[in-house]
Amino acid sequence: MKKLGLISAAALMASGVAAWADEISLVCSAEQDWCDQMVGLFEAENPDTEVLMVRKSTGETLAQVRAEAGNPKIDVWWGGTGDPHLIAAEEGLTQASGVDTSELLGWAQNMAEISNGRAVGIYAGALGIAYNADILTEKGIAPPECWADLEDPRFEGEIQVANPNSSGTAYTELATFVQLFGEDEAMVKLAAVGNNVNSYTKSGSAPSKAAARGETGVSIGFMHDMVNLASQGFPLKVVAPCEGTGYEVGAVSIIEGARNLEGAKKWVEFALRADIQSQAKDVKQFQVPSNSNAEVAPESPDLASIKLIDYDFATYGSSDTRSRLLARWDAEVGDPNPEQ
Amino acid sequence: MKKTVLIWLAIGLASFVLLPWHMTDDGLFDQGWIMDGVAATGLFGSLAGQWWLAPAGLALVIATILQLTIPEPVKRARLTLGTAVAGLFFMAVQGLIIVRAGPRVFEGLLTGDVIMAGQAGMGAGAGICAIALLFAATISLSQAGKGQGDAFVVSTIGLIIALVGIFVFFPVIHILVRAFEVDGGYSLTEFFPRFFHSDIWGLGCLIGPRSCGVAINSLFLGVMTGLGTTFLGLTFALIFTRTDFRAKTVLRVLTVLPIITPPFVIGLALILLFGRAGTVTEFFADMLGWEKTRWLYGFWGVYFAQLLSFTPIAFLVLIGVVQGVSPSMEEASQTLDADRWQTFRYVSLPLMRPGLANAFLLGFIESIADFGNPLVLGSGFNVLSTEIFFAIVGAVADPAKAAILAIALLSLTMSAFVAQRLWLGKKSYATITGKADSGQNAGLNPVLRTICYAVALPWAALTLIVYSMIIFGSFVKLWGYNHSFTFDHYIRAFGIDFSTGRLTGVAWDSFFTTLTISSIAAPLTALVGLSTAYLLVRQKFVGKDAFEFSTMLSFAIPGTVIGVSYIMAFNFPPIELTGTSIILIIVFVFRNMPVGVRGGIAAMSQLDKSLDEASITLGANSFTTVRRVILPLMGPAILAALTYSFVRAITSVSAVIFLVSAKHNMATAFIVGRVENGEFGLAIAYSAVLIVTMLAAILLMQLLVGTRRLRRTDRVQQTAKAA
Repeated sequence: MKKLGLISAAALMASGVAAWADEISLVCSAEQDWCDQMVGLFEAENPDTEVLMVRKSTGETLAQVRAEAGNPKIDVWWGGTGDPHLIAAEEGLTQASGVDTSELLGWAQNMAEISNGRAVGIYAGALGIAYNADILTEKGIAPPECWADLEDPRFEGEIQVANPNSSGTAYTELATFVQLFGEDEAMVKLAAVGNNVNSYTKSGSAPSKAAARGETGVSIGFMHDMVNLASQGFPLKVVAPCEGTGYEVGAVSIIEGARNLEGAKKWVEFALRADIQSQAKDVKQFQVPSNSNAEVAPESPDLASIKLIDYDFATYGSSDTRSRLLARWDAEVGDPNPEQ
Repeated sequence: MKKTVLIWLAIGLASFVLLPWHMTDDGLFDQGWIMDGVAATGLFGSLAGQWWLAPAGLALVIATILQLTIPEPVKRARLTLGTAVAGLFFMAVQGLIIVRAGPRVFEGLLTGDVIMAGQAGMGAGAGICAIALLFAATISLSQAGKGQGDAFVVSTIGLIIALVGIFVFFPVIHILVRAFEVDGGYSLTEFFPRFFHSDIWGLGCLIGPRSCGVAINSLFLGVMTGLGTTFLGLTFALIFTRTDFRAKTVLRVLTVLPIITPPFVIGLALILLFGRAGTVTEFFADMLGWEKTRWLYGFWGVYFAQLLSFTPIAFLVLIGVVQGVSPSMEEASQTLDADRWQTFRYVSLPLMRPGLANAFLLGFIESIADFGNPLVLGSGFNVLSTEIFFAIVGAVADPAKAAILAIALLSLTMSAFVAQRLWLGKKSYATITGKADSGQNAGLNPVLRTICYAVALPWAALTLIVYSMIIFGSFVKLWGYNHSFTFDHYIRAFGIDFSTGRLTGVAWDSFFTTLTISSIAAPLTALVGLSTAYLLVRQKFVGKDAFEFSTMLSFAIPGTVIGVSYIMAFNFPPIELTGTSIILIIVFVFRNMPVGVRGGIAAMSQLDKSLDEASITLGANSFTTVRRVILPLMGPAILAALTYSFVRAITSVSAVIFLVSAKHNMATAFIVGRVENGEFGLAIAYSAVLIVTMLAAILLMQLLVGTRRLRRTDRVQQTAKAA
């Protein structure tokens, strides 16, 4: 049995392990449709190149990139929230792509700057509040407009948000509160919101899905996900908090030791082009593209009309700040039934 | 016997001289490696400067000379054994030290340019050499008098130990050492306070309003699920074998359905039925004015989903065992004037103990390693498997914490395993003796039958509702909101452009990969699992208990840990497998093998040893005995092992998610992506297609394997028709 395995192993090596010059191995952490669209567009433009794409979430990808360090099987990692990309850059798991970022918007250039060119911003999405209109109407609860509203007892047991220990989305929320209100005040406010929280989910996108299905009344998450759910037909309304809000930057990175470096660079350049980014809306992706010349979908949350804070990715993306804030969150906000 | 050793040595030598020692980028059948200047076989490699390859070849040569020159058999066997073991040892050491990339052991031991340049992973030549040396060693060991001189048994033990060592222990060690890691080194003293932290073992929920530790949560859930699934499984098995219930086929399908359901789907269906906005909840809220609550999120929801998911496993283990209980025993009991209840309570039930114990153990282990249900329904109820997952992929990755939690999980499994052994004790449960027994199984007494019906039928109905919901969900635009009928989801997933014959659906690729890999993995899993069971039940050897536990290990470790440890271990030489389909097959074989082992053990402990002995007395060797006597009696166990490993390969998520690659993507990884994306319609449509495919495959397997005929007719007393 083992013999057979090894022989076929040897036979399959050709197809499995070796990345030929005309193959790019891509991990895509954006949503499947967008991944498929990007690969299709790239292959149409470069008929000699085959993009081997697999979709994995950012956490899974980071875990895999870490485990494979030294002999990576991935060339380029496209999409997904920026924090894991920044961590990978910080740990030396990715390399600078050296692409021209001059056409990009400020926040995308900023990301390239703090990561020494290793991660480049491809889209941005603002943090927001969503509510299920059916449920709030039925219960006679006035919809929230500000972060402060979420502290109101009228939302008792109706709010769902992810746990920042496991979810990047929730960490963005934590960091946003800290930057809006100052660290001490932020913890007090988060704890007050926490009194209304019915559960801290593991995954960052779960709360909005629960709100869409009516399993919870209100959720905190990224607005483009909420818009996507609403466009599928769920009675979900999206709110940009009045105090202002933080945002995430999705990124693209080339893995250190990539077997097809040329191809990876080609992909990064491709992914930053205005005409390519403009097509994201065709697959219902409502993030704001990073190229200043790219078209923004009409449904996209208009970043200009949202009060965006000047999110400090360098400080709040660093491991030190992260562990300190999370330790405080655990101690002062924490799960509803903390084990002391 | 001498001839067998020589044949293996010759095979080894041939591959050493002729086959490429290392993995080649272009595959074995591309002849590039011959032309490449430096010939790549073991022999030419060692002549060309890679001297560390020589010991393996040398060992083969010396062993051959020993075989040919020493006349005295025991001495010859012992010397050959020593040589072969030394050869294997050197092969392993050189493989671990001299690598092209990745971590090396004993870094300072060997230096120099050639060594630092390293070597690629082992290929066909190395693999066959290793097998040849291994078999030369095991056959010699048996010739030296161990294992009753039975070369087949010793070789099988050797092979399984080697496989489990390489594909279970080797990777798992990679991650478990992380538990002892502190900044820049390892420490034992740091481990214990972290391991016994109240976050893991706290009992806060018993005395106050706080949460219990995650391990306590897992333990509680595991025991409850183990008991629940065993009980439900037993009621189903009893209905099948001891009553004349009419719609057995329907019931059979229903009990198998949950097992072939891709993860997340049951959780999703439960949310849509029993969630706060679920159909059933809405119904009761409207009818009876009940408050709509979120009871489903937390312990009860997870427990409910796990009962639905794992009852079939208990049933699969129990059905064979319940069938196997010999009617003679029951008849004897009734002849001695026991009533049907007494017969059941004091004869049948005790004889089912191995089945009950194994069903419980499987339920328990499945429950604590289960990842999908707690993820979807757990909410604030944290268990080890989800905590481990997020310790690895969460916003704050902490491999040390993951490793510590994995050890906590393993210690739970080990305790369950020991408890099971204690409960079973050393009694004999053999009831299939080969002696004539034409009796009829006693029917259930009326009270018991009513209980079984009362438990199993509502449960079956619930399963039916959940599945109708799933089918329904795949045909509507937006499940829960817009119930207009549509084929869109199916067309997107499995569309075919008939004009060009192209498969346009997005799911085709992963669908074919999944089917191919699962159908390769299933028979291998059954083979490895059942041969292990055979060794455990029928053979006596040193360290059998440890061997048995080690085969359970991979099952008990959560998939996430297995997945990451496989990347750590097999991304670098000497064994480089990541990105191939082989790594997926291997992970399935060794992760699902315990089911084959458990089922095999349960079924085999019922086969009386006199059957083997009779066969051996009549001059058959142990291989023939296995093939002609044991295998035919193991039909249900083989079927269970085949079915289960096939299905598990299709439905498992957590281990696979790290190992899938662009060329070899699996259906579940695809479905999870869609669920994350909120595209439930497509996810459910794909799941529905998988369910139908698996059902068809299971029926086919059932036809191929056939049913076991224990008696002329498997009848239940007072039954007109044969079942």
